[in-house]
Order: sequence, then C-alpha cells, then structure tokens
Amino acid sequence: MTTYGLFLGCTIPARQPSYELASRKALKNLGIELVDLDKTTCCGPPPIESVDVKTSLAIAAYNISLAEELDLDMVTLCSGCFQSLAKANVLLKEEEHLREEINEILAKTGRKFRGNKDVKHYLQVLVNDVGLVEIKNNIAKALDNLRVASFYGCHLLRPSSLLKLDDVERPRVLDDLIEATGAKSIYYRNKLKCCGGLLRGYEDDLALEIAREKMMNISKAKADCVTTVCPFCFVALDMGQLQMKSKFNEVYEIPVLHYPELLCLSLGVDPKDLALGTHRTKVDSLLEKIR
Amino acid sequence: MMKKQNPQFYEQVTSKLGGETLTKCFQCGTCASSCPVAKLTTRFNPRLVIKNAVAGEKERILVDGPIWLCCSCYNCQERCPQGVEIAEIMYALRNIALKEGHLPKAFIEMASNLMVEGRVVPTSAFTAKRREPLGLPPLKETGIEPLSKILSVTSFSKTVEKAKEVAK
Repeated sequence: MTTYGLFLGCTIPARQPSYELASRKALKNLGIELVDLDKTTCCGPPPIESVDVKTSLAIAAYNISLAEELDLDMVTLCSGCFQSLAKANVLLKEEEHLREEINEILAKTGRKFRGNKDVKHYLQVLVNDVGLVEIKNNIAKALDNLRVASFYGCHLLRPSSLLKLDDVERPRVLDDLIEATGAKSIYYRNKLKCCGGLLRGYEDDLALEIAREKMMNISKAKADCVTTVCPFCFVALDMGQLQMKSKFNEVYEIPVLHYPELLCLSLGVDPKDLALGTHRTKVDSLLEKIR
Repeated sequence: MMKKQNPQFYEQVTSKLGGETLTKCFQCGTCASSCPVAKLTTRFNPRLVIKNAVAGEKERILVDGPIWLCCSCYNCQERCPQGVEIAEIMYALRNIALKEGHLPKAFIEMASNLMVEGRVVPTSAFTAKRREPLGLPPLKETGIEPLSKILSVTSFSKTVEKAKEVAK
C-alpha cells in the first residue's frame, strides 16, 4: 500500500465536502492510504503571493516540512494548493540561496525545509501509483454511454517548467483517467482555457464571462457532464451555471462532477454515499443515464 | 529603446524575486493573444503592463491597477518566446503596489483571513459539524502559531495592516 500525507487546504473542507468524500473513497478503494497532515495552514496561494511572494514560499515550505517529518510524499486534491506547494518545492530544491533564505524564516517556527519529498496532485497518484490498467480492472460499472468534457484548469499544468505534470498544450492525463471509467472524453473548443475562477470575488462580471464561454463550448459539444479536478474550476462552472441563468437567461443544466465522483460511480460506489446533493447544478440527469 | 520615465521603478521590478525576466521582452504580443482577460476587456493587456514596467511608467501600473486583473492562468508565461515570466512579474508588481498602499479590498480580506484563521477560506462551525454525518474524519488543527511567526518575520501582517489603514 502506498501512503501519502494529505494536504487538504482551505476551500475543500470549507465548501466542497463532496469532493473530499469522493476523493477519500476512490483512493482508498484503489489501495492508496492517506494520512491527514496535522497543523497545516493555507498553502500560500495567488492572493498571498500577490501580497508577498517570499511569505507565500515560506508558508508552502512550512507545510511541506510537515510531510517531510513523517517521511511521506504529499498529495493535494486542489490544483491551487498543488501549484503553490509543488512550485515552491521545486524552486526551493533547485535554488540554494532562496532555500537558505526561506529556512532562516522557518527557523523561527523551529522547522526546516529539507527538500527530500515530492508534492503530487492526486491525478499523478492515480496514473503513476495505481495505474490505468489497475483502475480499469476495478471498474464495477463502466460508464460507457457518457460523453464527458474534461476540464484541466490552469494550476494543474502551469507553469510547466516547474510542475512537469503533463504536456501543457496537449495534456492526456485527465482524458485517460476519464476513459478508464468507460466514458468517452470528448473534444470541445478552447478546452485548455482558464475558468476565470481567480477573478471571482472582485471582478465577478469578467469571471462569469470567461466561465460562460467555457459552458457554451461544452454545451455545443453535447457533453453529458463536465469533470473538474480543482475546487475553483468546479465553483466557476457549477455555481456559475446558476449565475449564467439569472444574468443571461442561459440554461445549460450540465452536471459538473469532481473527477473522483465520476471514478467512484464507475467503481460501484452507491451514488447515495456521495454527497452529490451539495452540487448547485443538479446531477439527476447524469445518474439517470448511468442507472 | 523606449525612454524610461522612472528608471528606479524598472530596477525595483527586476531586482524582485520573479521580476528578473522583465528585461527580455521584445513586445511581440503573444502574451496578449493568449490572455483570456485581454480578450474581454481593454482594461488589461499583459504586453502593455510589461511595456509600461520597462518604460518605468509606474503610475499607469500601480494607480490604474491593471495588474489586479490578471487571472493567473499562466498561458502568457508558457507561450512567451523570450522566457519572460509574465505571471510572476504580475505578482512582483502587486507586491510593489501593496508596499505603496494600493491593495484591492478583496485581497485585504483574504490576507486578513489568513492572519486570523490560518486559512484564506475559513471553515465555520457549520462546515465542521456536517463532516461526521458525511463520514468525514474531524478536521485537524491549523498551524496558526507557527504561521503567525512566519507572518511576523516577513512583515506580512504589518504590511497588510498598513494597507487596511490606507483603504479606510
């Protein structure tokens, strides 16, 4: 059994319990053990980088040191956390001066960044530790009549020089994982474009316009659902659809699933044991289709 | 080459972590054509932000505030043929803007959440209570103490408090 230190972050426990629930179930079913890291903080994301880049690096280094202490690699469910932590991890491993500078800050907390562990997004764990073949072997209910729009988001892949997760203009990892469930991963226009999520809260109109264009393209491609791997992409499209309805009178009603939810459904987890009712865009049509 | 309005500003950006690659830009516009925000509004154009930073047009960047419209998607940075780390430069510029008292309210709020709760998005009693019925383990404690030490050493807290005063 492979064990990881789970970095849960802020947004998922605060707002998206269904994502956490499905992720825990899917990883456990596939033989991945998670140890919840104690005394974590926020990861040092863009709003904090915007205030002070070095503080954000120090916060990331502090959190990574918690996994180092347990001799575990770290796994995240949120692409935002993944980017902040993995970016810092690679940068601090590579740049000695910066590492020393950050460790001087950490010294005040009695901790040290050693740089001997990896930070992974759970998609990497699924593809590399479990493997597509093993996932396929565990499928109890192939979702073979589903057309799924895969949505990578930004911080899973970019900046690719540091994250090195997949080809940045032609990624495959999420499409392969969707197809492992038996579903069809469909092409849609501007698939790799941003969801606008980081503008939510202070440039709401712009954020919604960006998400709206995504939904238009996804809808044109006749997707049965969208699959996201980041809580911010999820909100932009799930909650976003309600806002598109009230602001533009546009009705899409395309369910948005966190990838682990799709995976759980194919692994034979009863939909009642997933918190799908917490989604703002109803998922009933999808459940009907795979019944 | 463009005449620099404020050469100190150019030095200030290029000497900051993440701001170093500013010098390499040759204004091709690949960034602007890759930007999802620039497609929707003329208020933000990454090529112009870089141009103004190189030219030392400090006011246009800090006071007019285009840098806060970057959605951090990193498309520009990925596609830049010159290796200009545009998204990182936006952060460097935001760091400078903040030091000079320009920080949008939404950012002050998120930074304050971090200082008080240890999280940018705080959990509530409600979210904690619904975990058990869903079969989720209780949330682990936040490392607020070590975090406060970090925020104090880097003067993060002081900087944010000052920005709060300015915003009042």
